[in-house]
Amino acid sequence: MPVITFKNLRKAYGSAEIIHGIDLVMEDHEFTVFVGPSGCGKSTILRMLAGLETVTSGQILMNGKDISQLEPIERDVAMVFQDYALYPHMNVAKNMSFALRLAKYPKAEISQRINNVAAMLGLETLLHRKPGQLSGGQRQRVAMGRALVRDASSLLMDEPLSNLDAKLRVQMRTELAIIRDKIEKNIIYVTHDQVEAMTLGDRIVVMREGSIQQHGTPQELFETPANKFVAGFMGMPPMNFMDATLVEENDKLLAHTACFSLPVKDLHNKHQLPSSGEVTIGIRPSALLPVVAADETSEHTLTLLIKVCEYTGSQSLLIAEANGVRVLVEVNSQPSFKVGDNIKFSVKPSDIYVFDRNTELAIY
Amino acid sequence: MKSSSLNKLTPYFFIAPAGLVLALGLLYPISYMMYASFLDWNPSQLIGEADWVGLKNYSTLWQDYAFRESLWVTLKFAFSVVLIEMILGLSLALLLDRNMRGMSALRTIFILPMMIAPIVVGLMWRYMYHPSIGVFNRTLNSFGFESIPWLSDSTWALISIIIADIWQWTPFIFILCLAALQSLPRSTLEAARMDGANAWQQAFYIKIPLMMPVLIVTLLLRLIDAFKVLEVILVMTNGGPGLSTEIIALRISRTASEFRELGVAAAMSNYLLILLLLLTLSMFLYNRFIEQHRAKSFNAIGKTSP
Repeated sequence: MPVITFKNLRKAYGSAEIIHGIDLVMEDHEFTVFVGPSGCGKSTILRMLAGLETVTSGQILMNGKDISQLEPIERDVAMVFQDYALYPHMNVAKNMSFALRLAKYPKAEISQRINNVAAMLGLETLLHRKPGQLSGGQRQRVAMGRALVRDASSLLMDEPLSNLDAKLRVQMRTELAIIRDKIEKNIIYVTHDQVEAMTLGDRIVVMREGSIQQHGTPQELFETPANKFVAGFMGMPPMNFMDATLVEENDKLLAHTACFSLPVKDLHNKHQLPSSGEVTIGIRPSALLPVVAADETSEHTLTLLIKVCEYTGSQSLLIAEANGVRVLVEVNSQPSFKVGDNIKFSVKPSDIYVFDRNTELAIY
Repeated sequence: MKSSSLNKLTPYFFIAPAGLVLALGLLYPISYMMYASFLDWNPSQLIGEADWVGLKNYSTLWQDYAFRESLWVTLKFAFSVVLIEMILGLSLALLLDRNMRGMSALRTIFILPMMIAPIVVGLMWRYMYHPSIGVFNRTLNSFGFESIPWLSDSTWALISIIIADIWQWTPFIFILCLAALQSLPRSTLEAARMDGANAWQQAFYIKIPLMMPVLIVTLLLRLIDAFKVLEVILVMTNGGPGLSTEIIALRISRTASEFRELGVAAAMSNYLLILLLLLTLSMFLYNRFIEQHRAKSFNAIGKTSP
């Protein structure tokens, strides 16, 4: 399987540049997920890789060979489309075999390949049906099957699960993870859903406005986000951000805000802090721990006024306020919290992220 | 009246005006024509004075050489123009379905012939076909070729009216095909590209099959229209030379006005109506048959191997 490399890849429509010089290496047999809000250019990058969009400048290399000017069929890639893009007048078997028939494969091989893929995807009984007679999940599987039958080295997926209902999406996500282990392919997957990105990807590329924000494993992105955007995008419910001033007292860093001050872990790159000490701090909703009454002595806490309590089962999401700033807190549903309560929370110093307020870059 | 029964009748009140117009404008003339076709009726008589002759008009028509010839000419004309127009219109649409500078202006120019009144089209082509001053023969002569007897030779006359009709009606098929093409799902065509289909393969395996419903309706509309064509041919050849371009609509018009046989003309119109109904019906039946046949063969494929 090839290593796919983007070198200073750019895309412009007229004078409007929408992809600003992407440099990226996607390793052999890796599941790469492009994630970002809509309009960030993730689908455009995928379509450029597929050959459906022209490359304005820069290169796409596959094992070192420049493929950026080749026709889609010459690139050894197969694609699953968001709306599946099945051929409505062909049955499932004909849909899946279209590329092979065009390439004039022998009949025996075509039917063998279709049977293999159909068995893997559970499509054996549907081969004679037309797309119109299939459910959304089945169509999705046929689209996947059509891409797999080609046996191209790389599989491109453009938001393949976004047209499914919530329950089916979770189910297909699991199936996708299972299939993924059965096939030896590079998979490049585009989604706006960070949960899909986290659960499926070996590596995630977070995009924003045509630029890469961060490229790394799900764990790296979650634990050490490169900037405020990545920190806010990865993780559900999203991270809380508050303006704070960092002050060093007795060799220890303290983050002061209008209504509380919390100790911050020792930073390696203190020199990156602005001299004024003005930063944005980030705290994940799950990092806020309610302080039990017996532990009142704890000196660094923040008090939050509970505005809304969203019960979701074993966990509850509290929407609270501290001095007019909205803060999300994820807690166990027991003991329960009441709307209107003022509750004290503590945060481990290592759970506080520090961002430069101007550049929004994370400081570690 | 109770309000509930009034409520039930409301939809009928709403469609009543349309129904009335339909009855007056369509059913009345058709039944009048049906009735007239059983009469030996001279235009100088009132319809009540005409003699009832039963099916005589229908049976004598089959012994009438002129009628059979005219039917044959109509069939030749209709099927050849529609076939050529479909091929040309579809090919043009496939060719011009792309975003290029000036394409919208070109499309507008393409549909101009359709907007010209049929009488004007007839006159225009008659002048262009003129044996000595017409543009075709002058061009041929200037290249050193012999003149062609466009409208004065019986074989050429039919070809000439076919050419004129193609010129006028290809745009109709073109714009319908173009609209059908532009409403095809983009991602399906992109998927075909990803699967390695070149432009020809995309057209034959994806675009045309997906356009089929539109193509069938277009074909039907054009066939019905081609069977009824009158004005252009009336102006260009008036059916001549001989009976070589006397299509059935022209024959009907002459039977009624020149030969003064309204009953025969009505019977002829009925034959045309029946022909068109049969055509429409067979096309729908064919369509249904094809769909069932496909479903069956797909089942067979599914049972054995893909």
